[in-house]
Amino acid sequence: MRPVIELNEVTKSYPGGVHALRSVDLTVDEGELIAIVGPSGSGKSTMLNLIGTLDRPTSGTVRIDGHDVAALSDRQLSALRARRIGFVFQSFHLAPGRDAVTNVADGLLYAGLPQRERERHAEKALVRVGLGDRLKHRPHQLSGGERQRVAVARAVAGDPAVLLADEPTGNLDSASGAGVMDLLRELNTSGTTVLVITHDHEIAGSLPRQVPMLDGQVV
Amino acid sequence: MATGLRPARLRPSDLLRLGGYGLRSRPLRAVLSALGIAIGIAAMVSVVGISASGQAALDARLAALGTNMLTVTPGQTMFGDEATLPDEALSMIERIGPVTSATATGTVTGTPVYRTDRIPPGETGGLAVTAAQLDLLDTVNARLAGGSWLNAATARYPAVVLGAAAARRLGEVPAVYIDGRTYSVIGILEEVPLAPELDTAVLIGWDAAKSYLSFDGHATRVYTRAIESHVEAVRGVLAATANPQNPDEVDVSNPSDALIAQRAAARTFNALLLGLGAVALLVGGIGVANTMVISVLERRAEIGLRRSLGATRGQIRTQFVSESLLLSLLGGAGGVLGGGVVTFVYAGTQQWPAVVPPWAVAGGLAATLLIGAVAGLFPAIRAARLAPTEALAAA
Repeated sequence: MRPVIELNEVTKSYPGGVHALRSVDLTVDEGELIAIVGPSGSGKSTMLNLIGTLDRPTSGTVRIDGHDVAALSDRQLSALRARRIGFVFQSFHLAPGRDAVTNVADGLLYAGLPQRERERHAEKALVRVGLGDRLKHRPHQLSGGERQRVAVARAVAGDPAVLLADEPTGNLDSASGAGVMDLLRELNTSGTTVLVITHDHEIAGSLPRQVPMLDGQVV
Repeated sequence: MATGLRPARLRPSDLLRLGGYGLRSRPLRAVLSALGIAIGIAAMVSVVGISASGQAALDARLAALGTNMLTVTPGQTMFGDEATLPDEALSMIERIGPVTSATATGTVTGTPVYRTDRIPPGETGGLAVTAAQLDLLDTVNARLAGGSWLNAATARYPAVVLGAAAARRLGEVPAVYIDGRTYSVIGILEEVPLAPELDTAVLIGWDAAKSYLSFDGHATRVYTRAIESHVEAVRGVLAATANPQNPDEVDVSNPSDALIAQRAAARTFNALLLGLGAVALLVGGIGVANTMVISVLERRAEIGLRRSLGATRGQIRTQFVSESLLLSLLGGAGGVLGGGVVTFVYAGTQQWPAVVPPWAVAGGLAATLLIGAVAGLFPAIRAARLAPTEALAAA
């Protein structure tokens, strides 16, 4: 199995002596479904930012899909995110007033696909997450669970190497949350590498691999 | 492998969509901030348009009236007294080669004009009795509003033709009362743009003036028409021809110059209005900049999301600059339209041909784009500098 995520002695410090991450090692292989679990302040959000190439480590190496993040320029990192990384956020981040297809299609804007192609991919992704009958619905016409499904569709529409989900069930009731987790499992079964960040041990426990974190270290 | 990572370029259609994205989500704000630009551009376009329409109207009028008329009047002697034109002045002028026609009028002094013999002496309308030659109308391009012009017969009898203003002051009278005698009114002139002094004149035949009003026969004004291409040459010799002994005592003028001078005065006023329009435009630009700064602050989460979706800093910058350009262009287009409407309406009320110069439209839109770029650049740079993690945390 080829590693998709490789963290090697990764440290992240902030000015003022705050060490968010201390010498973390982590390898995630292609096709894995993994939970990073820990209480708030344990450094898991910092980890997500580093894996998502939204931030750079203070020391150590981060390799995503074979690319050493330290060696890439900001433009190259943007291109890496556009093609190889999908994000799902706790608060969905959908554009209000735009229907589901447009929201998902906009996620492919920076991958360089023309408008028609984007919409075609978007519809396919929405069908894949079970929203084939909600294509023209706007976010305010959708339930919380459905909104998060739209966000998942946006993240996977471009067929990324890794899907990063930051507390994907944090804003959902337990039934909707379970539905979203089922969806992530389904996507993983069909080949997508999925990394879920959560503080919920129950959710983490339902996934094949857990990486528990505390005070910036993997424990 | 790292070198294979190259951000995709945004298509122009995508840029347009991105630029319109923020505007469509807050339409009222977009319209209000575009309004500032629109007012500035409308002010400038309408000032230029109205000025150009007035110029077109003047050009048309000058083309109809001709710019080849010259008038000769007696000036002052070197001692400051009123000079007179020599009796042979008119016949001398007629002999200048390029002169096509020449005619004279003479002011009859000391003869107030009254409507009837019952008006108390002194209550004159400021009207001057002027002796005219029969070919006056052709030379000054005057037309009759009613009645008829003097002819060889009526020029010897107590009959008058009224100038347009004189007719208004006297009212519709069949006859006027001058120096103890009644003169029948046989015609009324339209206004004469190139010889406004005729508007307040009560015109009488040359011979009648001599026999009834003791007119001395001296011409006080000679009107001439010359071949268009020789006007300046004729102008140069006119004084010496009219009064060879004392050419300094003759004034020569081209009445169309006066009309052109009026337009020049209007142009100074236009410069002031243009300045005001520029100030409005500047304020409008500040409005757009303000809107863009607020837009960037409000949309940090969107910026963070777009960065996570793979937007480069440059693409975020381009998005906000496009938005600003679109916003200003919206205002600019509205302003050009508004300025055009104002010009058409105003020109309509003045019976001018409406003209909006293409350079004014192009200039207005170019100014708009410049303002949009300048107003949007700073907020866009701020948006692009935002760290993705920080932007996402703002949600």
